[in-house]
Amino acid sequence: MSGAAETTRSPVYTGMPRTRRPRAGAMRAAEARFAWLSLLPATVFFALFVGFPVVYSFMLSFRDWNLTSATAEWVGMANYEALLDDETFVRSLLQTTIFTISITVCILVFSLVAAMLLDLKLKFIKLYRTILYLPAVTSLVAIGIVWVWLFDPQYGLINQLLRGIGIEGPLWLADPQMALPALVITAAWRNVGYFATIFLAGLQGIDISYYEAARIDGATAADCFWRITLPMLRPTILFVTVMSVILSFQVFALVYVMTGGGPAGSTSVIVFYLYQQAFTYFRMGYASAVGYVLFFIIFVLTLAQFKLFGKQADA
Amino acid sequence: MNRIGAKRIGWLQTRTGDDHSRLMLLLLQAMLIVAALITLLPYVWMVSASLKSNADIFSSSIQLIPAHATLSNYATTLTSTPVLPAILNSIIMAGGETIAVVVTSIFTAYPFARLRFRGRDTVFLLVLGAMMIPSQVTMIPTFILMKWLGWINTYQGLIVPRAVTPLGIFMMRQFMLSLPRELEEAALIDGCGRLRILLQVCLPHLGPAAATLAIFTFTTSWNEFFWPLIVVQSEDMQTIQMLIAAMKQAEAADWGVIMAIITLSVFPTVAIYLLLQRYFVKGVAMSGMKG
Repeated sequence: MSGAAETTRSPVYTGMPRTRRPRAGAMRAAEARFAWLSLLPATVFFALFVGFPVVYSFMLSFRDWNLTSATAEWVGMANYEALLDDETFVRSLLQTTIFTISITVCILVFSLVAAMLLDLKLKFIKLYRTILYLPAVTSLVAIGIVWVWLFDPQYGLINQLLRGIGIEGPLWLADPQMALPALVITAAWRNVGYFATIFLAGLQGIDISYYEAARIDGATAADCFWRITLPMLRPTILFVTVMSVILSFQVFALVYVMTGGGPAGSTSVIVFYLYQQAFTYFRMGYASAVGYVLFFIIFVLTLAQFKLFGKQADA
Repeated sequence: MNRIGAKRIGWLQTRTGDDHSRLMLLLLQAMLIVAALITLLPYVWMVSASLKSNADIFSSSIQLIPAHATLSNYATTLTSTPVLPAILNSIIMAGGETIAVVVTSIFTAYPFARLRFRGRDTVFLLVLGAMMIPSQVTMIPTFILMKWLGWINTYQGLIVPRAVTPLGIFMMRQFMLSLPRELEEAALIDGCGRLRILLQVCLPHLGPAAATLAIFTFTTSWNEFFWPLIVVQSEDMQTIQMLIAAMKQAEAADWGVIMAIITLSVFPTVAIYLLLQRYFVKGVAMSGMKG
């Protein structure tokens, strides 16, 4: 590479006094010293913005504090116990779960199909790849509001199209039954292209000779899909599932701009609930408890998925 | 080989000259077109609404191309909404965060990729573990910390808590591992210090990785909503995303103006993406597959 040739000519070497090589031990020590020095800014950062918050919010979750009072009263497990009796919290948790499962199923199916289409050598395939990834670089706030407008019962494009084929569309975001599905549709529109790009990278990592060999043995396209594509994609499927579950469980911006948790609390999700508790009602201890429950759920779900897929891989 | 030239057809086992499979390919192409249309339609609808008068927006017929295109929504946006200060705030926030993340990722990744010291792998695992912690858990104490420091409504409050990212460190380390060690060994034998090696030997080769990380960080930060919503409480510090959300929440929301602001806010990230697409694809592959 030309880069390597350049390096040997670089001014670093010219006119440097040649010293004898220091002993290996001294070099090792100098290396370690530089390593820690180089890591120092990030270490301070993680201590301040990850370590401290994780500990502090754990302690806060056993206290009652409204942000302005001088002292935070110790309440023990009361915040966690109150959560179980809090109907809005339980409902938010349930709705978050429904949202997460629906969106993850949508993503696994549509992203994989899209990726297989994008893997074909067809005309304009690069253009299709470009277009399908576009929503991933667009902000959730912008997308949310455009979709509010698309879902408008009277003037929105969706109901106007439905009217064109003689169907009177639902009220969507104004209908407690249809608001959560509308959020799922919006989130799917945003994320399918992103995950399709990841699936595409996985597909292109499968050696073509597997398919050629299978074809010689008389396998059909369906055989190839079930026996080659899906098993070979297992790490990608795991990655996509884990990512989708983590991201969906933390859905916030879409809910904030599209529904504000309504109508009638039908789209309240856990992070939106946490945000309200912390920054509308200033119940910092209670909100911290919600945060820890969320942390715990995400941790368990991620672990469970690794266990599940790991086992299948052994079998 | 098939005439459409499906060399890497992979999962689709087409037989040469088979009418059935040619029909199949047509069907697949049609599916791609439908997917592309579904993806593009909201963008077309957004731009179209931003160019419509209120009368046309509230019309019961579908107008993808406005019947009476007007720039009046853009004029209103620029003259009577704080869109320019909001865009400036977003540029400062996203720009500051990008510079910070690229610099800290390089310095933090280098020891993990190249140096030997006790506890290296444990510390690196901790960095990866930090990726697992949802930001909602750390958000409340970080907000309290910002209050103590007096950083509410400041650029440092927006930027500093996001100045180091585990993903950036991880991406940079993976890239450094792929560079040949020989580059540095020659300099090391000549008695060069590690800092000098990092800055003068390693850094010149980090261009593609730094560009990928920079573009990723900039677009993510530009689109960020949650943290600015918490740390910014005054109107003059609000970002473009906050302004859009606030305008939609307002009592008499003017849809034409909102669509104009959204179009303006979407433009930078879409333009960066279209111009520098290869870096995005690389970024997805780097962050996704090597985990």
